[in-house]
Amino acid sequence: MSEKLLTKKELTSMFLRSNFLLGSFNFERVQSLGFCYVMIPALKKIYPPGPERDDALARHLEWFNTQPWLTAPIFGVTAAMEEEKSKGRDIDGSAIQAMKIGLMGPMAGVGDPIFWGTARPVFAALGASLALTGSLAGPLLFFVLINALRLTVKYFGLFYGYEKGLEIIKDMAGGRIKKLTEGASIVGLFVMGALISKWTNINIVLQATKMKDAAGKVKIQSVQNVLDSIMPGMLALGLTLFVAWLLKKGVNPLLIIIVIFIVGILGYAGGVLG
Amino acid sequence: MSVIQIVLLLIVAAITGIGSVVDEAQTHRPLVACTLVGIVLGDIPTGIILGGTLEMMALGWMNVGLAMAPDTAIASVISTILVINSHQGIGQGIAIAVPLAAAGQALTIFVRTITVFFIHKADDMAKKGNYKGIERAHLLAMSLQALRVMIPTLIICLISATAVQHFLSSIPEVITRGLQIGGGIIVVVGYAMVINMMDVPYLKPFMYAGFLFAAFTNFNLVGFGALGLIAALIYLQLKYNNQPQAPVTPAGIVFDDDDDDLDA
Repeated sequence: MSEKLLTKKELTSMFLRSNFLLGSFNFERVQSLGFCYVMIPALKKIYPPGPERDDALARHLEWFNTQPWLTAPIFGVTAAMEEEKSKGRDIDGSAIQAMKIGLMGPMAGVGDPIFWGTARPVFAALGASLALTGSLAGPLLFFVLINALRLTVKYFGLFYGYEKGLEIIKDMAGGRIKKLTEGASIVGLFVMGALISKWTNINIVLQATKMKDAAGKVKIQSVQNVLDSIMPGMLALGLTLFVAWLLKKGVNPLLIIIVIFIVGILGYAGGVLG
Repeated sequence: MSVIQIVLLLIVAAITGIGSVVDEAQTHRPLVACTLVGIVLGDIPTGIILGGTLEMMALGWMNVGLAMAPDTAIASVISTILVINSHQGIGQGIAIAVPLAAAGQALTIFVRTITVFFIHKADDMAKKGNYKGIERAHLLAMSLQALRVMIPTLIICLISATAVQHFLSSIPEVITRGLQIGGGIIVVVGYAMVINMMDVPYLKPFMYAGFLFAAFTNFNLVGFGALGLIAALIYLQLKYNNQPQAPVTPAGIVFDDDDDDLDA
């Protein structure tokens, strides 16, 4: 193994730039311009000015899209492969493209459920539940936790990808990634279940029963009281499963939101919801 | 509003506008964006509470693949400015935020379409080896996303607060209260999105377990998070460490798919 070309300086510069990867997100080639932008410090060091460098720049302007935080290891591997290519190894541009395309799917498959499905909603719900009391701890907790996780993944992912190069694909084939995804999904689903029950506010104030108790006092029970005595949060659970089903059928979430608002207004006006 | 406050609000607008497209530091999430506006306008508690309320509503709004979430940046910044400056309640805040999120989504789609132009510019730069031009194209496209939130914010800052206050106060109570009730229910859309994202049928029981624990105990969210983590660890240990020892494969040998001794 020959000496590595890129130093901490270039890799750190790539890391900093990767915080703005999606800045030029567009509907033709999605993250392509951003990808090239992040690769520039590496490409400048690897190739002298000339046709080889121009080709490399063009190569990284091709279509690319994955979970933004997990691009870090892909950047590392890409830089390692470009370096090998510049040293005259038997790697051509299309092999680098193929690797990028090949890693896109798996990275999104792991990153979306872990970061968007678990980490962010769990941290955000934690922060929001504190924020509802007006405590600055809420937003601070969310911001610090999510960014600590994000920066760690991005920084070490990049260095790890560059260190290991193509070997990273062997690592990914192992069971570790599957375990991590499964574990994160369990935490996410468990917390979602708890949120459905505790942090959804549905209150049907409509009167269900009115009776006198032993002491002769009139006791009014709302529909909500009756439902809560059977199983607290059952309406929220039913509604969540129903909405999940609607979303799977392709119903626009904004439409669902608007309908719920209309239900809220009509329900309040009609004295059903409170 | 003083000039300094307007300048600071525009900076917050730029940060959150870029934040909502890059989806990195999460400054565009209501929890952070509303708090920042609250700090600038000197009413931190209102910012935090509105942020927490909107955050719960937006819990499942995420950019996955090419799908674009409703825009929390514009919704958070403008609704917080209006609520604080016009002395309105959280109900009014929600009433303003939701249509703004839809409008912001339309605006970001518009900017993401314009950005295609910059990609083609970058192609030409690459042919000439002009990497500085490529960097400029990327940063220019990104600054358009900042302007996307800055311009509406500036307009809101310049509109007279009393006119806005008059308008917001004229919204009948049945609407604002109804929207607030709707806001309490709407969180289920977020939960549903997150649950659909982790659509693994054999893990679904964990969701019901979480639901039951919450229904009958008084844990807070930290407790549920820890409980979920423990459940995950136990599950993984039982699943992966308890299997009969498979014959050790010597390193370097490729697994072949014909091996069907697990199918027995």
